[in-house]
Amino acid sequence: MGDLLVLMISCILINNILLAQYLGNCPFLGTSKKMETAVGMAMAVIFVLVMAGVITWVLNVYCLKKLGIEYLQTISFILVIAGLVQFVEMFLKKSIPALYAGLGIFLPLITTNCAVMGVCLINIKEEYSFIEALVSSFAYAAGFGLALILFTGIRERVLLARVPKPLQDTSIGLVTAGLISLAFYAFKGMV
Amino acid sequence: MAKTIAQEFTKGLWNEIPPFRLVLGLCPTLAVTKSVEGGIGMGIATTFVLLFSNALISILRNIIPPKVRIACYIIVIATFVTVVELLMQAYTYAIFRQLGIFIPLIVVNCILLGRAEAFASKNKLLPSIADGLGMGIGFTLSLASLGAIREIFGYGTFYGMHVFGPSFEPFTFMVEAPGAFVCLGLMLCLMNLAGGK
Repeated sequence: MGDLLVLMISCILINNILLAQYLGNCPFLGTSKKMETAVGMAMAVIFVLVMAGVITWVLNVYCLKKLGIEYLQTISFILVIAGLVQFVEMFLKKSIPALYAGLGIFLPLITTNCAVMGVCLINIKEEYSFIEALVSSFAYAAGFGLALILFTGIRERVLLARVPKPLQDTSIGLVTAGLISLAFYAFKGMV
Repeated sequence: MAKTIAQEFTKGLWNEIPPFRLVLGLCPTLAVTKSVEGGIGMGIATTFVLLFSNALISILRNIIPPKVRIACYIIVIATFVTVVELLMQAYTYAIFRQLGIFIPLIVVNCILLGRAEAFASKNKLLPSIADGLGMGIGFTLSLASLGAIREIFGYGTFYGMHVFGPSFEPFTFMVEAPGAFVCLGLMLCLMNLAGGK
């Protein structure tokens, strides 16, 4: 139990997927201009990432490894993720329309969010057990949400500031992200 | 809109150079540019995939049903990524180790899907090849220059060679995650200045 807690903290804070592992940066910059969209994206990622992490783990251990066709990993994982996103989209549309309306366009965008694919690959590379893979998927997704929401809060303020013209928009966004990343750097000594 | 092949090729080198002008494919840009070598390796791998996926998608553009086109594009891209992965594992093992999970992650690099959707699916074979090659070389140049800046200041070396002599204190900030963000942000600012935006 203690090990899992350590894994969780290290995935959320120390190895934060956005700020320390450089994954999922396109939606990080793309959806962080308004708090509403940031929360929607964070929720969608948590939802899909946990499911994708579990399914790809099972697929890898019980199918690819058994048959000795690990070289098909890339293709099969991306198909699983794309299929999963599509399935989740249809399921939500039918059964929980309120949540579907909330997540809106962010669901299809998740297919090309490298955080999802990245975490699936990290789970395999680190040879996590099933429970560890589940915990790490959730923790990475939660870390993504945390960083995205913090960043959006700051970016909303920056929009009101007078930024020199060449620095505007993405440029100042990246510098801001660097400073947040520096703050998260302080967690390095925790575990 | 009658652009020549040469124009399609050169637009990727300055006017629409990724990842600066088209802000796509940031993750590999930040992650692999700790050194010039990593940047160039990633750039070449991406160029290869971009070139072949653009070509194949352009050939198949009238056969792929529009409703499932994104899935088809992803399969084409994933196939070429697997090819690159196996080739790099066989011939350039050191770079393969250095790039790690970022090679399979070329699949989800938005530049590839972006070019397939925005260009290759609407254009003939030759312009698509020119577009893929131009964008790929532009991406490689960007990664190499970012890698050069970070490596020179972060380690005091260029492509593994020392540039400052033994008394240089490495500016480690540049090769860590925060430095990656700040450095890319400032380069974007310089590009905007140079472009007269």
